[in-house]
Amino acid sequence: MTQLWDFSGGIHPPEHKDISTARPIRNAGVPDYLILPLQQHIGDPAEAIVEVGERVLKGQKIADVKTGIGVPVHAPTSGVIESIADFPVPHPSGMADRCITLKPDGEDQWCLRSPVADYRSLERDEVLQIIHDAGISGMGGAGFPTNIKLRPPRDRKVSTLILNGAECEPYITADDMTMREKADEVVAGLKIMAWILRPERCVIGIEDNKPEAIAALRKATEGTQTEIAVVPTKYPSGGEKQLIQILTGMEVPSGGIPADIGVMCQNIGTAVAVAQAVFEGTPLISRVVTITGEAVREPGNFEALIGTPIEHLLEQAGINQDAVSRLVLGGPMMGYTLTTEAVPVIKTTNCVIAATATELPAPPPEQPCIRCGQCAEACPMELLPQQLFWHAKATEFEKAEHLNLFDCIECGACSYVCPSSIPLVQYYRFAKGEIRAQQAEQLKADRARERFEARQARLEREQQEKELRRKERAKAAADAAAKKQAEAEKATDEGEAVDERAAKSALVEQALARKKAKAEASQPPGSSAAPAPSAPPAEQKPDIEALEKQLSQAQSKLDTMQGMLDYAKAQQADNVEKLERAVAKNHDRVQRAEEALSEAREKLAAGLTESQPTH
Amino acid sequence: MAFVQQSSPHAHSARPTSRVMLWVLIAALPGLLAQTLFFGWGNLINVVFCIAVAIASEAALLKLRKKPVAFFIKDNTAAVTGLLLGLSLPQFAPWWVSAVAVISAIVVAKQLYGGLGSNPFNPAMVGYALVLVSFPVAMTTNWAEPAMLWDGAPGFGETLATIASGQQTAVDGWTMATPLDEYKHKITTHTAAEVLNHPTFGEGVAKGWEWVNAAFLAGGLLLIGLRIISWHIPAGFLGGLIVMSLAFGNNADLYSPLSLHLLAGGTMLGAFFIATDPVSAATSHQGKLIYGAGIGILIYLIRTWGNYPDAVAFSVLLMNFAVPFIDHYTPPRTYGHHKARRGVPGSQG
Repeated sequence: MTQLWDFSGGIHPPEHKDISTARPIRNAGVPDYLILPLQQHIGDPAEAIVEVGERVLKGQKIADVKTGIGVPVHAPTSGVIESIADFPVPHPSGMADRCITLKPDGEDQWCLRSPVADYRSLERDEVLQIIHDAGISGMGGAGFPTNIKLRPPRDRKVSTLILNGAECEPYITADDMTMREKADEVVAGLKIMAWILRPERCVIGIEDNKPEAIAALRKATEGTQTEIAVVPTKYPSGGEKQLIQILTGMEVPSGGIPADIGVMCQNIGTAVAVAQAVFEGTPLISRVVTITGEAVREPGNFEALIGTPIEHLLEQAGINQDAVSRLVLGGPMMGYTLTTEAVPVIKTTNCVIAATATELPAPPPEQPCIRCGQCAEACPMELLPQQLFWHAKATEFEKAEHLNLFDCIECGACSYVCPSSIPLVQYYRFAKGEIRAQQAEQLKADRARERFEARQARLEREQQEKELRRKERAKAAADAAAKKQAEAEKATDEGEAVDERAAKSALVEQALARKKAKAEASQPPGSSAAPAPSAPPAEQKPDIEALEKQLSQAQSKLDTMQGMLDYAKAQQADNVEKLERAVAKNHDRVQRAEEALSEAREKLAAGLTESQPTH
Repeated sequence: MAFVQQSSPHAHSARPTSRVMLWVLIAALPGLLAQTLFFGWGNLINVVFCIAVAIASEAALLKLRKKPVAFFIKDNTAAVTGLLLGLSLPQFAPWWVSAVAVISAIVVAKQLYGGLGSNPFNPAMVGYALVLVSFPVAMTTNWAEPAMLWDGAPGFGETLATIASGQQTAVDGWTMATPLDEYKHKITTHTAAEVLNHPTFGEGVAKGWEWVNAAFLAGGLLLIGLRIISWHIPAGFLGGLIVMSLAFGNNADLYSPLSLHLLAGGTMLGAFFIATDPVSAATSHQGKLIYGAGIGILIYLIRTWGNYPDAVAFSVLLMNFAVPFIDHYTPPRTYGHHKARRGVPGSQG
């Protein structure tokens, strides 16, 4: 029997899971078209590597990540790429993002797959590469690329590998049904991950409201070291931090990752995807999605191709269009409402609730907080939700941060129990957003200050250098004058010396003329920064100054443009491209001015040496 | 079609503030019943009158403040304030004493501070302390003699007439000093055995009072069982009182015994119904324990060495003052942190 710990707080909302567990997982089939967002997880979006009109095979890579954190996207079936354009994607804001749309040809023709029978004969990095190439990212939460997660920092040895089958949110049964029907694949995937990580302990955590899944996994893990930990049903036991606490008694340090305490959590669906990628060579092109709620006649779980419009699944489940009042993607505690059912299933989509108005009614109007503390009782992170609420409402963000606002996992337990019906989580999201915006602003201000200070330092340095040169010139001129004087005095005595001096000054004149010609030739036509280095040293000074002025003007203009570009980028404004061009132009201008200036200085230096009388 | 757009969570438990307050009203019924059975109709009349005045003054002030009247009246918080005063005031307190207490509670202590959720002090106790200080005669001489409702207690009509007459003091034969008052004043010159001969003590600890306190204890346990209040404040309250009594007053010939502290006066009403007002209490579990213990300790100090026989109102108000201070130093330790982050940013502690 595995030892279990309790986590603080938690709630027991009605489960509503039996709605969608009565039917086995059904195949959702191939819809009329598939929409494949290029970004389906945390990290960087993939780049399309196919052309519109191109025919692709099932499982063929159609978008890849060249640099950064991400995984490729594959064609879920064979067909023709119809467009690469912006479509509504699953996101709380209802935004549109770049997607590849695929028109299935109905043939479902596979590309060449390369299954691996004995992964143990491969290097671990090779298996990680297979997982990456299969496009696997976490299928439970934020969807972190699995191959990266499976390669924790070198100093963080994972001693406990947890497979999270708690599935604590009401309504959702995708993992439950997967465990019931694909227990062997779940365990196979877990074994692969365990082989990669070599943990001391492998444990599958399941809430005690899933007896069938528990039985199936017990059978599948018979004779292995893998523990099946049956945890009491309490929301949010499936939260990564909570499950780790339940199974290990340890807490993930604030701001840290589970690997910091030698633990890693993986999702049930991810394990299945890993097993399929290795043993069948199948990339992640489908997943199990729960379609539930009182507005569908035949709720249940569907094996749906990634990119299948939610609409298609709702039709399969027998949606009653008149009854549905709210479409929730995810669970009722942490999911978000959809504006349209046209959004596709992505790698992290686990549940869609088509709820009627009576099923998920609008909350009653917000009342004043009476500091009853029910929220603090419910909070699994042991925060003080009502104090956070006061501070968020009063926009005292510093105080909210001090009370560990950023440790909030937005599980919604506080809002759920609030007798005053205060949308607490919304206040926390607002506060977090404002604080992040302030931090970004601060960062920008810091950068601008650094730039300004660097510029000031540079200008000062240049001023000093100029001063130094001026002094050197003055000294040289004085020396020359003194020498001239002496020679002139000498010349009155020695006639031949005069000739020598005349020859010398002719040489100097020649050199100056040569230099002038060269300078004129090297000057780019139309440039305003025309140096005039042929003048004698005393007259050269103002020109250098003019050049320096031009350079500093160009530099400051570049700085301004760069600042505007940074701001525009941060704001995701649409004039970014224009500004980028402007910055590039200004950059060129500065470079030209710098070149002109340095050239002028060289000339000047050369001129000085040449014009200096030799002796 | 347009779908409802809502921020998560989408599910909510169905226990609004109005229901919470309703449970407080219900949980107080056993105590009110015991009061009526053992002391006659006085408390019941006071409770009804105080609730009526509380709701009327709340409505008037909401109107003046241009707030939705029905929306706030329906939260039942004014009714609870009226109830608590009706349960605490002497049985024969003249109607205007009750009215002054309720109106100052609702108007001054609650609405003038911003209404529900914004009051730093327990409104009922502000009202109670005000009339206790302002009308000491009416507040000390109108306590009913313990007598069963059907056997010896004045009838409903007589009680109502006495309260409505507005006389400072009620009929002499109906009233008697409270056990706490009696013990405190007699023990300086008598032995414990002599003091306890007084009819106010009866056979047990304090005639009638013991049952009233037991009934409020039962109601309080119901509230804890329903998770409407947490156990921390009552535990701190009673713990503080018990520790003080055992440490300083275990000689019954000099000080009131512990049994009297627990089962006479407003101890259980205070511990479970008054000190637990969430708005004016401390926030965290640790803070609630400290807050409750502070009240218990102050009650003992005032009862023993102060001028007043009972001290729930003053103790609660004094600890209300301390709440921001307690909250400052008692935040819970958040998951994943080594220790709690005390105080506010930029301050010591």
